[in-house]
Amino acid sequence: MTGIEHLQQTFAALRERQEKALVTYVTAGDPDLTTTARLMQTMAQSGADIIELGVPFSDPSADGPVIQRASTRALANGTGLAEILHLVSAARPGLSTPVVLMSYYNPVLQYGLTRFCQEAAAAGVAGVIIPDLPVEEAGALLAAAIPRGIAVIPLVAPTSTTQRLAKIVAVAQGFIYCVTVTGITGTSQSVTEEIAGLSRQLRELTELPLVAGFGIATPDQAARVAQYTDGVVVGSALVRLVEQQGENSLQAVDQLTRELKNVLVGKNW
Amino acid sequence: MLPDKRGYFGAYGGRFVPETLMPALEELTQAYQQAQQDAAFQREVSYYLKHYVGRPSPVYRAAALSKKIGGADIYLKREDLNHTGAHKINNTVGQLLLARRMGKKRIVAETGAGQHGVATATVAALLGLQCVVYMGEEDIYRQSPNVFRMRLLGAEVVKVSSGSGTLKDAMNEAMRDWVTNVRNTFYVIGSVAGPHPYPVMVRNFQAIIGEEAREQMLAQRGALPDCVVACVGGGSNAMGIFYHFLPLQEVKLVGVEAGGLGLHTEQHAATLNAGRPGVLHGAYSYLLQDVAGQVRPVHSISAGLDYPGVGPEHSYLKDSGRVQYITATDEEALEAFHLLARTEGILPALESSHALAGAIKLAAQMNKQQSILVCLSGRGDKDVPTVAKTMGVELI
Repeated sequence: MTGIEHLQQTFAALRERQEKALVTYVTAGDPDLTTTARLMQTMAQSGADIIELGVPFSDPSADGPVIQRASTRALANGTGLAEILHLVSAARPGLSTPVVLMSYYNPVLQYGLTRFCQEAAAAGVAGVIIPDLPVEEAGALLAAAIPRGIAVIPLVAPTSTTQRLAKIVAVAQGFIYCVTVTGITGTSQSVTEEIAGLSRQLRELTELPLVAGFGIATPDQAARVAQYTDGVVVGSALVRLVEQQGENSLQAVDQLTRELKNVLVGKNW
Repeated sequence: MLPDKRGYFGAYGGRFVPETLMPALEELTQAYQQAQQDAAFQREVSYYLKHYVGRPSPVYRAAALSKKIGGADIYLKREDLNHTGAHKINNTVGQLLLARRMGKKRIVAETGAGQHGVATATVAALLGLQCVVYMGEEDIYRQSPNVFRMRLLGAEVVKVSSGSGTLKDAMNEAMRDWVTNVRNTFYVIGSVAGPHPYPVMVRNFQAIIGEEAREQMLAQRGALPDCVVACVGGGSNAMGIFYHFLPLQEVKLVGVEAGGLGLHTEQHAATLNAGRPGVLHGAYSYLLQDVAGQVRPVHSISAGLDYPGVGPEHSYLKDSGRVQYITATDEEALEAFHLLARTEGILPALESSHALAGAIKLAAQMNKQQSILVCLSGRGDKDVPTVAKTMGVELI
């Protein structure tokens, strides 16, 4: 099964159960890769439907301070793309949850786009999210990813024009990552106003699942945003737990993941 | 001429930014194109450059310095005599007039040495726009007089402590602000770096430096210079002075990067000499990075050159061989600083001192009939505390 098929299957099953997807994010290598592996298992068992693994970067200009600090810690441990791909590969046998990588473009570019997509596909990575790679610049990555079944998951923003949305959904695979606010990760207060309009526009353009992220921290926020989308991403709130408790954060991560998933099931959406 | 529609100079440039910013870049590109074709806008820019900035800036034949070196005749393009003390004001006048035209009321900028921050704060005050300047903690310390100047001009200076606390971190923070407030905010980039259309727009606003200098050299010397030299951090003063000389193959063009403690150490900012292509701050260009694509920490005594990237047009000009890029160390720049002070009574900015150090090396290998034009991009008042420190002098 390719990565794209894995994501399709996941969303099909969720639809069948009338659930919304919970995507949980952690930065790989924070505080160390062993803990990351355990966090992935924990999140999968506690209800995460997709795991988003952050590839640390020295200059994460689309992220807020929480994920920025996580990147710094992971880089201090020498976490690189090769180790992260190895981590996913090692986790894969016991993990049915799809894993997508979130990386800034330069680490992937320097690794080599073809090499990256080959190794990612072999490791069982389902897709990749690159926040500083708009559709206009994504041609080379798409050419390397599509033949290997890796989903290039695009981001759309509240500022995206209808024209741009059409251009983006034309090349999207897996799902579409809707940025809920104009802003950076982990900092917003109110998240529902922008996403309502954005999802309405997107539903007319595509049948791909819509997943919203940036600034969703609590079950209450997740439930409100999920009215408009097929799922939500929670990142900084989980990374903050890892920051506070390090390798002892499993229990807290388990609890938050359960609380989040809880509000995404059994509702008459 | 260059760049292409997607903002590429050859292989370099583009737009590597979050989707949130893409519509803003499209809007800016369109607004800039319209402004370029609007004679009224051009007249407005020219008016402020002449009557507010003080253009044209003189070209000065540095006879005493040239005599001391005993080689080519050195000429200085005196951007240090501009209002606010550097070439940066040429670009901020242009961009802020454009911002006002676009109806943007809030301006964000990042600054290293503070010259771009001061220039932005100045024009924001002039045009009545709200101004926020991001500056690295390390640079705030190195350039405290400029921080105070910005505050006097009504700007809010935000300290950036993340990363190395220098220009690249300030740029990350300015981009975060812009992403958050993109609907009402204009981001003024101070160099020929960043996503399209900034590299071409900033170059065009700075091209007046070389346009004037070419005419001034012809008028004063009766000939083009044999060589034009400028310092390169992001590279805006260099692109400004090079641009109108690019088609004139008989004129040698030389960019001088910050060699810091030497290229054999990791303590330098010589991107084109020691980096390789990558993506940072919205463009594909040469970059100082490790094997994994992480941006490397850099060093220069000059805060304005302390940057791991470079404008994409410079990357193109390096590969094409039209411009030669060399380096000057901290020590060589300081020597040049003192030499110009003693021979000509001019304190150059430490950025410009790198260009001067490069020119001094080149001049010594040339003969008296030849000439070198150096872009003296800014004045050294802001660097007095740094220079004093290197001399072990404590200022009260």
